[in-house]
Amino acid sequence: MLTFFMSRLRRNKAVQDAALSAADVLRGALEMPTIEKQEATSEEVEMPWNVVVHNDPVNLMSYVTMVFQRVFGYPRERAEKHMLEVHHNGRSILWSGMRERGELYVQQLHGYLLLATIEKVG
Amino acid sequence: MEICRHNENLEIRELDPFLAELLRQIPESTQPKDSPGAEERLFSPPAAPEERVLCAEWKLYVIPELRRLFQSATETVRDDLQQLRCTDKPFANCALRIPMAHADAWLSALNQARLAIAATYQFSDHELCDHYRSPLGSRRDLSLFQVNFYGFLQEIILREMEGNASQ
Repeated sequence: MLTFFMSRLRRNKAVQDAALSAADVLRGALEMPTIEKQEATSEEVEMPWNVVVHNDPVNLMSYVTMVFQRVFGYPRERAEKHMLEVHHNGRSILWSGMRERGELYVQQLHGYLLLATIEKVG
Repeated sequence: MEICRHNENLEIRELDPFLAELLRQIPESTQPKDSPGAEERLFSPPAAPEERVLCAEWKLYVIPELRRLFQSATETVRDDLQQLRCTDKPFANCALRIPMAHADAWLSALNQARLAIAATYQFSDHELCDHYRSPLGSRRDLSLFQVNFYGFLQEIILREMEGNASQ
């Protein structure tokens, strides 16, 4: 799991640069794996992402509400509002923000077996 | 069948042999053989297919972790189900005690089983809402009953968890 997030962090330019300079210093002394530089514009990195939950006729409404409360820390009323939005509209945006955190939320939601995806805003 | 809370356990008493057998089938129902639909549903993609890098990394790093998480919950439930090994009177009603500490594992295993069965049989929304259909018509009818029975147990466990939290 940590490996996954390290690989996601590599997309962040600041983290990437820091990792590359640290790697340069150490490379002489240690056998280190090469960190490949991936290009991503600052717009791509900073653009907000939506965490979307999609409707699933099998998951119980009470279960989905509980999961929203647990994962996002939403109060019951807000969790129920999102659950009903999923139920009636087929999807609901649960959270918007930085990509890495959104991916973590999606992973948690998959751990509860909800149909969740991350999407670019707009 | 009677369900009641006794200290830190949820007790299901007077469990008839048919329902006891459905409970015994929870672990194997979470991993149906030859059902790509079930596998796809349990391990759905995290983003649209255009997000190739994310989807590829997800398969590599996250899916094995999710598999371990689901397996661990199923093993907890399998251990609890050892109580249903009625060897002396195979057709007698029996009882099952679910420790509330295992509630999350039960919710997960029941959910895995429900989703996997529903994906395997591709039940429609209408079928999933048909709570009065007899389980005796066909294997499909029995599986639909199984999905609804497991859902009923999930509701009971959720209600008990909520009661715990509000105390």
